[in-house]
Amino acid sequence: MTVPFLILAAITLAGAVAAMTLRKLVHCALALAVSLVGLAGLYLDLGAQFVGLAQVLVYVGAVVILIVFAILLTRGDEPPSPRVGRAVGGVVISACVFAVLAWAIVSGGAAQGASAASLAPISDIGHAMMSRYILPLEVVGLLLTAALIGAVVIAMEEKRRTK
Amino acid sequence: MTTQAVDQIFVTIKHWLVFHSPGVIQPAVSLLLSVLPLLIIFPSLFAVTTVLERKGLGRMQNRYGPNRVGPYGFLQPLADGIKALIKEDIVPIGADKLVHFLAPLLLVMTAFLEYAVIPVGRNMVVADMDSALVFFFAAGAAMEVSIFMAGWGSRNKYSLLGAMRAVAQMISYEAPLILSSIAVVMIAGSLSTTTIVERQSGFWGVWPYHWYVFTPWGMAGFILFMIAATAESNRSPFDLPEAESEIIAGYFTEYSGFKFALFFLGEYLGMFAISGLAVTLFLGGWAAPLSFLTFIPSWIWFFAKLMALIAGFIWIRGTLPRLRMDQLMNFAWKFMLPMTLVVIFSAGIWRFMPSGVVRWVVCAIPIVLLYVLLGRALMGGRKLEKRTYRFAE
Repeated sequence: MTVPFLILAAITLAGAVAAMTLRKLVHCALALAVSLVGLAGLYLDLGAQFVGLAQVLVYVGAVVILIVFAILLTRGDEPPSPRVGRAVGGVVISACVFAVLAWAIVSGGAAQGASAASLAPISDIGHAMMSRYILPLEVVGLLLTAALIGAVVIAMEEKRRTK
Repeated sequence: MTTQAVDQIFVTIKHWLVFHSPGVIQPAVSLLLSVLPLLIIFPSLFAVTTVLERKGLGRMQNRYGPNRVGPYGFLQPLADGIKALIKEDIVPIGADKLVHFLAPLLLVMTAFLEYAVIPVGRNMVVADMDSALVFFFAAGAAMEVSIFMAGWGSRNKYSLLGAMRAVAQMISYEAPLILSSIAVVMIAGSLSTTTIVERQSGFWGVWPYHWYVFTPWGMAGFILFMIAATAESNRSPFDLPEAESEIIAGYFTEYSGFKFALFFLGEYLGMFAISGLAVTLFLGGWAAPLSFLTFIPSWIWFFAKLMALIAGFIWIRGTLPRLRMDQLMNFAWKFMLPMTLVVIFSAGIWRFMPSGVVRWVVCAIPIVLLYVLLGRALMGGRKLEKRTYRFAE
């Protein structure tokens, strides 16, 4: 455990705790952004440059902004009154997720190999995506293109109806 | 030989200073000497640009612009800076104190982060990393969060409206911005800014033949990139987030004194950074534009190109009126996005065809075709006529 790792882990955990405990929803979203940036720092610390930067680009740039927009466009930022049943369900689900992740990490055993592979330059990632993982890449690309065109079509439809 | 020495003078000085400092602090000294010049040069450039912009706009609007402080009014930013520093810093009583305080800091910080990957001269880049372009756009994404923080933290309806407009606009124009730079990445085969500059080096006769702006996809990509960059930096005609006639000053309505100055600084730093990226991606970076001009140091060329683009920004600001929100969104999603997609397509053809005039023509055809068809479809049969004013004339 190096010093950078400890600092980044502390930032990530503090952000996550704040995201769960703060009263105002917008504060929670901003705390979540801090946590995600800390996570990106951990990736960079491990030498996975592309993953770390993509983490910031996608999660901070898109997901957090989406959450914030959803909060602002739907209702006031008054927190809902806490209910016991909900809390119990949350605890059970988070315990299950934690168990699965912990099991995967403990039984994986490829931690040493993974840290060496993550130092691969970005061109290697590109080559792997374009050769070995070409089908998943194409599928994801098709899905995203469809979503993009769909968004434009929806916007166009609305415009026509209002005329 | 001497030209090379002048070209590398800053690199040499840095190496000399690092070499003569004690061993333990050498990494720290090296870092400091890389970062400090950027922290000095770009804010100074900001000061100069504000004067030039105000003077230029003044001339375009048939007035003088600032001409009282110092020779030809060039000490105006100094006076403005002192004014901003000694003004009272007002925080609204209902504001979210912490978020309100952090927003301008985060904005300026992320703006400075973007400079880490822009090569301002030969061997002059702070962080020469593999995925430099991703780093740039990631830092830009963090900027959106800071603008939202400013708008929400002020607890003012105009601020919030401005922030919502700004974030919606920045997300919409980020897509064409990134897509148009993907064409460059495809041809250069790298995300590293230094490699992209290297790929554009070399001359054909005296002409900079390899600059990407001189290819059909590069030319279209450059224009699209600059339009998206104007929108990303919230400048006129895309300055709806701070439209003073509608929502006072948008997301920084509730900021005064030095924090207001920080927002101003952040906006200009963002503009410089994105112009620097445009220079790097399309205009050959720090390379000289003609082969017999290579004796002029590379860093002078970089800043000359940067200032040329800034002049373009100022000219556009003085020329075009502000867009409406629906026009803004339509333009982004119905025009810019299809155009950038066809630019990527054209770059793909360019990659696999033998060089020559035929390649140029074949790659230009889809772009021109889509431009004409899309333009006609979006006009929807309307004709542009001279507007007649009923009451103003």
